[in-house]
Amino acid sequence: MVTAAVILASEGANPLLPNWWEVLVTAVAFAVLLFVVKKYIAPIFEKSYTDRVEAIEGGIEKAEEAQAEANALLEQYKAQLMEARTEANGIRESARAEGAQILADLKAKAAEESARITAQAQVAIESERVAAVNSLRSEVGTLATALAGKIVGEALDDDARSNRVVERFLADLENQSNAGATK
Amino acid sequence: MTAFALPMASNDGGFVPPTISDTHLPDILPWMTDYGTGLGKQMIMIILSVVLIVWFFKAAIRNPKLVPGRVQFFAEGFYSFARNTVGRDIMGEKNFRPWVPLLFSVFLFVLLNNIFGAIPFLQLPSFSHAGSAYAIALIIYFTWIAVGVQKHGIRYFKLAVVPTGVPAWILPLLVPLEIISNFIVRPLTHSLRLMATMLAGHMIVVLAGSGAQYLIVVQDSILLNATGVAVIVGSIAMYFLELLIMVLQAFVFTLLTAIYIQGSLEADAH
Repeated sequence: MVTAAVILASEGANPLLPNWWEVLVTAVAFAVLLFVVKKYIAPIFEKSYTDRVEAIEGGIEKAEEAQAEANALLEQYKAQLMEARTEANGIRESARAEGAQILADLKAKAAEESARITAQAQVAIESERVAAVNSLRSEVGTLATALAGKIVGEALDDDARSNRVVERFLADLENQSNAGATK
Repeated sequence: MTAFALPMASNDGGFVPPTISDTHLPDILPWMTDYGTGLGKQMIMIILSVVLIVWFFKAAIRNPKLVPGRVQFFAEGFYSFARNTVGRDIMGEKNFRPWVPLLFSVFLFVLLNNIFGAIPFLQLPSFSHAGSAYAIALIIYFTWIAVGVQKHGIRYFKLAVVPTGVPAWILPLLVPLEIISNFIVRPLTHSLRLMATMLAGHMIVVLAGSGAQYLIVVQDSILLNATGVAVIVGSIAMYFLELLIMVLQAFVFTLLTAIYIQGSLEADAH
């Protein structure tokens, strides 16, 4: 029979009473641990902590710098592009104007040329006409004389007279035609 | 609980429940002498814990890297827990830095010695022996008193026991209470909380072990043998509960250390 008395009797040590050797060993062991941690372990942890913070913050700073640089470059490129575009527009405009100028010049030149050719042709035509009229006049006289001679016989062979008659006739003819032309 | 109670009710007087004395193994040096006369298992474990902590952390940060490896990361987890979760959050950005080594040491020392209770063959939480709990609680007790005196001079004791902002007529009642609660009860609760939880956990292990052994080996009834197996199964759940308590008590002990030191540093702030 396990009675309360037995349990109490067998309870043995009081758990609140310390073994002084354990107190001593624990205190010394903890002091040693604290010393080592303070001297050799914590500083390294702290250093790696600050290193890491620095690395991260430095990295962020660097990234910001790069970003700013990239932005500046982008602005620069944009400005350059704008400039180039304006320049291209200018070139295109001037080319267009130049083209128009050239076209106008060519047109003027062509008109001049054609006018010159026309004038030349008219001069040629005029001289031809004059020549034709002259030859025609002499020929018509000869023919008419011959014709009249044939009609009236040799009586009309006197050159002087016949020439006069022919001249008069042609003058009349000319006057008639001139009158007809002016009419 | 009936499983535990059954053999005690059985009338043959066979089962003798384990006692505190059973947690006091004979000393190792000199070999097998009575507990308390020389170097015992508990003391060796205390020393072992210091060796293990120093060895592990020295190894983990022998070659510290910016991007930590697995071991360094694990080690830094403990350090940043002591540093940030306990130190900085309790003591504040201004004060915590010089105290990080102390908090780290306390946390690791208590944690590892508690965990020893959950490791087979070691199976003895060092702080289930009151001496160790007293020792470390006393170190912290003297630390925070010294901090207070260093920071505020002798006036610290007045700051610590005379609350401001209460009517004068109540002070004769309050001051003795404050003295008792701050300077007498505080170190006792600080140490005994740790000792009692560890001892209780250890006693449960001892009780479950001896009970199961009694039920299975000594008893003839097959039914009682089966209950012995049930005790073992139940003790596994207790084991994990103990594991939780071991970690939790290490945390609580460190947390209180930080709170006491913080109280001394800022004794004039309340």
